[in-house]
Amino acid sequence: MRFKRGVAVTAIALTSVLSVVGCAKDSASSDNGSGNQNGAAAGCQTVDKPAAAEGKTSTTETAADVDGSKLKVGLAFDIGGRGDASFNDSAAAGLDEAIAQLGVKKENTKELTASDQESEDAKQTRLRQLATEGHNPIVSVGFAYSEAVVAVAKQFPNIKFAVVDGFAEGAPENVTFLGFAEHEGSFLVGVIAALKSESCNIGFVGGVNVPLIQKFQAGFEQGVKAVAPDATIESRYITEAGDLTGFTDAPKGQVTAKGLIDGGADVIYHAAGASGKGVFAAAHEAGVMAIGVDSDQYNQETVAEFKDVIISSMLKRVDVAVYDYISAVAANDLASLPPVFDLKVDGVGYSTTGGKIDAETQEWVESYKQQIIDGKVTVEDSPTGS
Amino acid sequence: MTAKLRSSLLAPALAIGFSALLCAIALLVSGSNPASALGVMIGQVGEGQVAVDIVNSTAIYMLAALAAAIGFQMNLLNIGVEGQYRIGALVAAIVGSWLVLPPVLHWLVILLVAMLAGALWALIPAVLKVTRGVHEVLSTIMMNGIAFGLAAFLISQDRFGELVGNNISTEPIPESGQVPNVDLGDRGQIFGLVLLAVVAAAVYGLVLHRTRFGFELRASGESPTAAAAGGVNAKKMIMIALLTSGAVAGLVGMPEILGRDHAYTLNFPANYGFAGLGIALLGRNHPVGIAFGALLWAFLDKSKVALDNVGVPREIATIMQGAIVLSVVVAYEIVKRMDRAAEQQRVGRAMGTVEPVAADSGSAK
Repeated sequence: MRFKRGVAVTAIALTSVLSVVGCAKDSASSDNGSGNQNGAAAGCQTVDKPAAAEGKTSTTETAADVDGSKLKVGLAFDIGGRGDASFNDSAAAGLDEAIAQLGVKKENTKELTASDQESEDAKQTRLRQLATEGHNPIVSVGFAYSEAVVAVAKQFPNIKFAVVDGFAEGAPENVTFLGFAEHEGSFLVGVIAALKSESCNIGFVGGVNVPLIQKFQAGFEQGVKAVAPDATIESRYITEAGDLTGFTDAPKGQVTAKGLIDGGADVIYHAAGASGKGVFAAAHEAGVMAIGVDSDQYNQETVAEFKDVIISSMLKRVDVAVYDYISAVAANDLASLPPVFDLKVDGVGYSTTGGKIDAETQEWVESYKQQIIDGKVTVEDSPTGS
Repeated sequence: MTAKLRSSLLAPALAIGFSALLCAIALLVSGSNPASALGVMIGQVGEGQVAVDIVNSTAIYMLAALAAAIGFQMNLLNIGVEGQYRIGALVAAIVGSWLVLPPVLHWLVILLVAMLAGALWALIPAVLKVTRGVHEVLSTIMMNGIAFGLAAFLISQDRFGELVGNNISTEPIPESGQVPNVDLGDRGQIFGLVLLAVVAAAVYGLVLHRTRFGFELRASGESPTAAAAGGVNAKKMIMIALLTSGAVAGLVGMPEILGRDHAYTLNFPANYGFAGLGIALLGRNHPVGIAFGALLWAFLDKSKVALDNVGVPREIATIMQGAIVLSVVVAYEIVKRMDRAAEQQRVGRAMGTVEPVAADSGSAK
């Protein structure tokens, strides 16, 4: 056993030395700082640093004079519900914010959660229950609700419905779809990964291989390539479409991430919901870096034991969308909602909690952020490779 | 006859009672009131479209349980219903969207394709079993895994899927292929293909108990050696049983696809196949038993949403489903032993004395 471990350690040491040497050559020929302040470690060969960001992004807070005290808000979660440390929790945070800011009364809210692999009519029944109890608006979380919401919304034309991540054709007017530009936020953490990686080998772990998660992959890969065109990126999914366990199975996430780390990756970005915990565990074990998703995972209690590996998180502000939607309903002004929650409206972004992102790196990221907002950089929303 | 009926009803009643007791204890431990939980479960039936949803789900579960029961009759444990219905549904949805046919013919062709695809997925385990003796439990479980992968592959955008928002769907089936539903207005829509489940159960019952094939099937299950001695070709029976089981499994997804979704999407539900295994066990492979088992299962399934709505942990319904299957197996064994003991006593009495026989025959008339 000890011998085996010794061999493994030697092998890892050898490969890392090799890759360090390989990359060192690259960075020697490049004058660009790679964000490492000590300058000792090697990294990717980067492109020229883009010009500094001009102008601040608009952070205008919506005036809190909207009165939501009369609203009875229903929230229908996807599998996992409140406490999933992922996007259901983010939606719950949006509701909590509405309770705090808009005067929505807590006793007037109701949260229901989907069960694993339930059929379509269970979703409809859940929404119908909320509707018959007089909840208005009703926010459902997850694209799987799209069709059910459309069906139920037609029965209750006076109630307003929203679907986070949802879309369906032929939706009636009382349905709002809250979509995000996940690829734009993922681009930014891709920039971070490229600057932070020392082996110039970067990994992505997706939960389930579905178009929604492919958006994260596409943006991330593009962000890495924008900074370091020669970087190696390996993207893997825990399960294929149809098998939703990829979002809830931490051990599988750990094995998948370990595979990437064994292949030389030293920065891993995950978009795998609750399986992300396993990704962090693998990164922690191997002493490499990881990037979280959806919420600011450095601050999350469920993954607190691994937080030292989390250098940043791609923020998908479901909370902002849910809050804005409830606020817009209270003000009776749904037209004020953006068509997509993207970088421009801070619907997606990145976190710097934990102090692993130095000023140099942040300048890079801010610069790219501004370019995306200005339309100078267009981020693709589906992977080019496959 | 009444004794037989009593003993076949006694076991499920015991099982349901026992699992209800178990759930009541679980509810008490978790701090909820069992009586109010039961009230909610029963009350949900009158609300919204729940009654209709129960009927629709019953039909789906019946098909899944019939598929499993066909195998069970021959002591073949077809765990692969799960994969077979997925493949059947996906292939039928793809083929159905290509075709242009007049309505009724279009349905029939789609149903036939679903059955063929399901049977095809059962063919590999069947061939392995007959030629190499590979146990069907192993091979069908493996085929389930492959079915998931194949379905994910086939539905990807490069093949037969198209992107709808964040979802992927196959090309929708044209109107001629959509089976009309019975519209009950606000109460919902009963799938037209509920009838398919009823027909399937009737055919299953007839074939099994009224044909030579059914007799051979049951005989092979009861005693393969005796059946072989009686001239039954065991290998042929295994092939037929597994393929028929797969074909019926292929139909499981059809009520939903032809009646509501009109396409196969990423939201296509899973676990019907595994539920079918439990229901077949619960219904003792008898068509009427399966129908009631499916009804109970659907009722418990729907009550999860209602329980969640009043803050009772809905896992209680899942516990009840599991407890019923577990205890029904035990209950059947207990009732069987009780019957055997009673039978032995009766025989003993009849052998011992002559008097009561006359009295008995008198009362029987």
